[in-house]
This record gives sequence, structure tokens and C-alpha cells, in this order.
Amino acid sequence: MNIIVCAKQIVNVTDIRIDKKTNKPVLQGLDNKISDIDKNAVEEAIRVRDEKGGKVTIIMVGPSEATETVKELLAMGADEALLIPWDQDYDYHVVSELLIGGIKKLGDYDIILCGEASLDLFSGQIGPRVAELLDIPQITYAQEIGADDEKVVGDRNLGDSIVTVESSYPVLITVTKEINEPRLPSLMDILGAANKPIEILEADDVVSEVSSPTVETIDITGVSMDRKNIIYEEMPVGEAVSKLVESLGKEGVI
Amino acid sequence: MVLAYAGKKQLMLEMLGKGRELANELEKELTAVIVGDENHALAEEYIQYGADKVFLIRTNQEMFKAEEYTQILTGLIEESESELVLIGSNKDGKELAPRLAAKLKAGCVSECTDIHIDDGDIITERTIFSGKAVAKEKINSKQGIITVPSKTFDPLDADTGRNGDIIEKEIMVDPSRSKIIDVKEMEHSGVNVEDAEVIVSCGRGFDNREDIELAENLAAQFKGRAIGCSRPISADLNWLPEEHWVGLSGHKVKPRVYFAVGISGQIQHIAGMRDSDIIVAINKDPDALIFDNADYGIVGDLYKVLPELIDAIENAKT
Ligand SMILES: Cc1cc2nc3c(=O)[nH]c(=O)nc-3n(C[C@H](O)[C@H](O)[C@H](O)COP(=O)(O)OP(=O)(O)OC[C@H]3O[C@@H](n4cnc5c(N)ncnc54)[C@H](O)[C@@H]3O)c2cc1C
Repeated sequence: MNIIVCAKQIVNVTDIRIDKKTNKPVLQGLDNKISDIDKNAVEEAIRVRDEKGGKVTIIMVGPSEATETVKELLAMGADEALLIPWDQDYDYHVVSELLIGGIKKLGDYDIILCGEASLDLFSGQIGPRVAELLDIPQITYAQEIGADDEKVVGDRNLGDSIVTVESSYPVLITVTKEINEPRLPSLMDILGAANKPIEILEADDVVSEVSSPTVETIDITGVSMDRKNIIYEEMPVGEAVSKLVESLGKEGVI
Repeated sequence: MVLAYAGKKQLMLEMLGKGRELANELEKELTAVIVGDENHALAEEYIQYGADKVFLIRTNQEMFKAEEYTQILTGLIEESESELVLIGSNKDGKELAPRLAAKLKAGCVSECTDIHIDDGDIITERTIFSGKAVAKEKINSKQGIITVPSKTFDPLDADTGRNGDIIEKEIMVDPSRSKIIDVKEMEHSGVNVEDAEVIVSCGRGFDNREDIELAENLAAQFKGRAIGCSRPISADLNWLPEEHWVGLSGHKVKPRVYFAVGISGQIQHIAGMRDSDIIVAINKDPDALIFDNADYGIVGDLYKVLPELIDAIENAKT
């Protein structure tokens, strides 16, 4: 079973500050990480491979220095990785074409796994776009999958219902964060991953012509979240409660 | 042409409201799409709410599959030369729109909070970075695909005198290799957190499902109330149906008062409730992130605080 996982490197969204003067989010100097749900996708890929045999390949379109975060996924247990360096604006059309270019270079595959969405932009476009460009079925929002020799079954969580879908291979699956608990690699795993191959192919190597972006960012403005932050602590519960009720009374909500 | 499709009627009416405005600006027609049932009454209604034209599609396709709906909509978009396509941003729409965009090599913007036309260009706004910023974007491809979340735009008032064309069509699709083998409806409570005035929201700080009754008792002190929850309470523990789930991947709420009880305040939760007028946090951990995002807070055990708070509010009212 050949499994490909599309992974994205993002900045840690929790740490983003809004610059008070410019009212812009400050993205410089933040830690990079693999988008959380992509790790669930990698975990699931490893689980299926360990059961059925085969290999897990990571593919990423991302900054050239992303080899560092990709290594974490190899340490988790993925077998190899392909990085297509891309430092320009992240356009879903362009990125999905680059991913397809890379996937075609990788050869045969049975399952392509993605996270439901990335944690920074939360659009969830890459999975369905890749599935369409490869003309294969998509099973999105999978909270459980069972892979067989001939077919895979996925439970899709649609919020108001759970839809169980079956498909033959190849198929693209996007997973939710509830599907598993991604493993934390041990020191041994991290050392062992140092020798696993990370291939680097330039955009020009995977597509004959890089498309121009379909969506252009005009402006990004920060949304401030100034709150009163009146916290009642280090006092008996009764006292804290009466202070809160008094405040809510003044706000006119009681 | 501006084309609109959503599987849910209310969302469709909201999209037609905005779609009408955009079509007027572009001096183009607004077309609604209904797939799968020959519901003339619904088509008439869409016309009353702003559509110039409704495609009523008969097909061999049964339940929603993005692969198959992509084929149906691609045909309609090309035939009607639509430059702007609005797709309802529920789970189906969110997996359909990008697939459709890939087929058309088009730009797609997910979950727009605003759309306008500037000099003939389609300009969108959406929140990114879990609500910390708003991105203003311009679509540069021939067609632009936009997903629209519910409660973003208002429907027009129905105009029973409006005329429009209902066009019946049969579109056969290449069936997907995938097969739906089971559908389990989840429990429904019928609650609508998006419209609530006061929300009491429960997190992992609650030890048992039964204890949510404490939150209900607090909520019972207010009019227009609803119970909310964090993602794990719904998605991991199944203590409350999805309708209660607030956050980045759940419902976006803006009540007058939001009580976050036993919720740590991770940014993905904040993303769903940051527009609340007043945020009150109850958490036993003084360092919990939720306090940074709260107007008022009590550091304490919810099992002690809630019963006293309920009594105190009751007394304050009398
Ligand atoms: C892609 C993605 C999307 C997500 N979308 C959402 C979303 O839409 N909505 C959402 O909510 N989350 C979402 N999350 C999850 C989010 O990151 C957090 O994991 C989640 O919000 C935590 O829920 P919680 O606060 O209930 O639990 P915890 O983080 O476990 O917090 C429990 C809190 O309860 C407090 N507590 C414990 N006992 C008591 C007590 N007796 N009295 C008072 N306080 C107590 C603790 O101090 C703690 O702060 C998403 C995550 C990802 C990766």
C-alpha cells in the first residue's frame, strides 16, 4: 500500500500578535510547525502501513527550510519525503498543481491523505482540489478509516450525521483531529529519521509551467480583542460570585 | 451571470440576498440551482427572493457526492457563462467548492464574511489566523468561486410579484467510484446557538455528561439562552450534539453574554465566540488563556462557583 500524505508548514497561530501601530498581524520570528491535523493524517498513514505493508511518503509545498519540520514527520514513522520549495504567496490553485506534479513523480499510490484543513487559514481546499486534478474519489472529514486490500471504508463526520463511504483505490481522504492521537517521536526515532531521504524538486521540475495565482491578497488587518479582564481570584467563592453578579447587573444583563 | 447553490433553503435565501446585490452591480442575471428534486414551489420561492432564473436539475445522482456535483455545476457554470459562483458553506459546500474550482482552474475563497465588486473585480473578505486577522482578497481567474457561511447575509423580503424563468434540465453524471453504505443521523436538540442572547458554554472542566445540568440551570436564569460547548465535548465525548459546538470548526456566535465554563480558551475556541459583547470565564486555573479573552472571570472550581452563581443571580432578580 503506497500512501502519500500532503503536509503543510504553518506558523504557530496562537503566538500571532497584532501590531498596535500598524494594526497588522506580526508573522516574523514565530515558530514554524506542521499543521496539527496533518499530523493526524500522518499518524493514520503509519497505522495503515503497519497493518498492510507498503510505505508512507510525505509531500510538501512550502518554504525551503521546511526540511526541519518535515523531519518530525519522518521521525513519527513516515518513510520518505518530497519537498517542493515555494516561498511565494500560497495560492490554492498553484499549490495543488505543484502537489499533483510531485505526486506524479512519486509513481503509483493507493491513498492520499490530508488534514481536514490547515490551522492557519482553515479553508480545506487542498484535499478536494488534488482529488479533482487526479480524477479520484474524495472521502472528506473522516473520523475513522478501515483499509482493506480492495477498498477503504471511511466514517465521515458531517456534524448532523455520520456518513459511511466505501471506495476502491486510489482515493483521497481528509481526516479530522478526532481520528487518532498523533504519536510523539522518541529520541531514538528522531535520530533514526536523520537518514531517511528528503528529496527536493524545484517547481519547474514538477510542472511544465507554474500557473499564476488565482487569488491575490490585497490587505490583511488585525482584529483586536481588547477585553476588560476583570478577574476575581484569591477570595472566597461567595465574594467572587457577588462581585460578578454586581458587575453583570451594572452591564444590564441581570 | 452570478450562480448560487446551497443544499439548504435558508442558506440559499441568504445567498440570493447578497447575490442579487452583486448581480445588479455586475449588471448580470442571478441564477439559482436546485439539484435532485423537481421542486417547482421552491424554485418559485427562489425567484421571489431575488433569482432571475432557476435551474431545476434532474439527474441519475442520488445522495450528495462532491465528485458528481462538480460535474453538474461545471456544466451549468460553463453554459451560463457565470463569472461568480456562490456556494453555501456547509460541510457539503466546503468540499464541493474547491473541487469545482480545480476543475475550472479557478480561484476559490472559503467562508467569506463580505463580498463586493470594485471596478468590475470581485473582492472578498474572510477571517484568517483563527479570527486574529481579516484578509481582503481579489479573484484574478475567469470565474470566482466563493463559499458563504450561514447568517452572513440577510435574505431580501419575498416579492410575490417577481417573475423569473424556471429551466428544467437533465444532467447525467459519471458515477463516482465511491459508494455511500450507511447514514447515521445524529441526535438533534434543535438549539440555535447563533441566535442566542446568552450562552453558557461547557468545556472539559465538566467531569460528567450529567453535570451539564449545572450549566443548564445557570442558563435558565436568562431569556434567549442556549448551551454551547467546546469541540471535545461534542466531537470526542459526544456529550452534546454538534449544534452546540462553538469555534473555528463549529458555530460562530455573538451573544450579549457568553459564559465559558471549564474551557481553557484555546484560540480555536475563541475564534467562534470572540464577537460576543461580554465574555465571562469560570476556570480553576488562574493561568488559563480564557481569562485573557474575558471581560469578567472567576478563578475557582465550577462545581462550587456555579451553584452559588445561580443562587446569587436568582436573588438579585427578586
Ligand atoms: C483544527 C482544529 C479545529 C478546532 N476547532 C475547535 C472548535 O471549533 N471549537 C473548540 O472549542 N475547539 C476546537 N479545537 C480544539 C481546541 O484546540 C482545544 O483543544 C479545545 O477547545 C479545548 O477544549 P476545552 O477547553 O473544553 O478543554 P481543555 O483544554 O482540556 O480545558 C479544560 C479547562 O477546564 C478547566 N477545569 C478543569 N476542571 C475544572 C473545574 N472543576 N472547574 C473549573 N475549571 C476546570 C481547566 O483548567 C482547563 O482550562 C480545534 C482544534 C483543531 C486542531
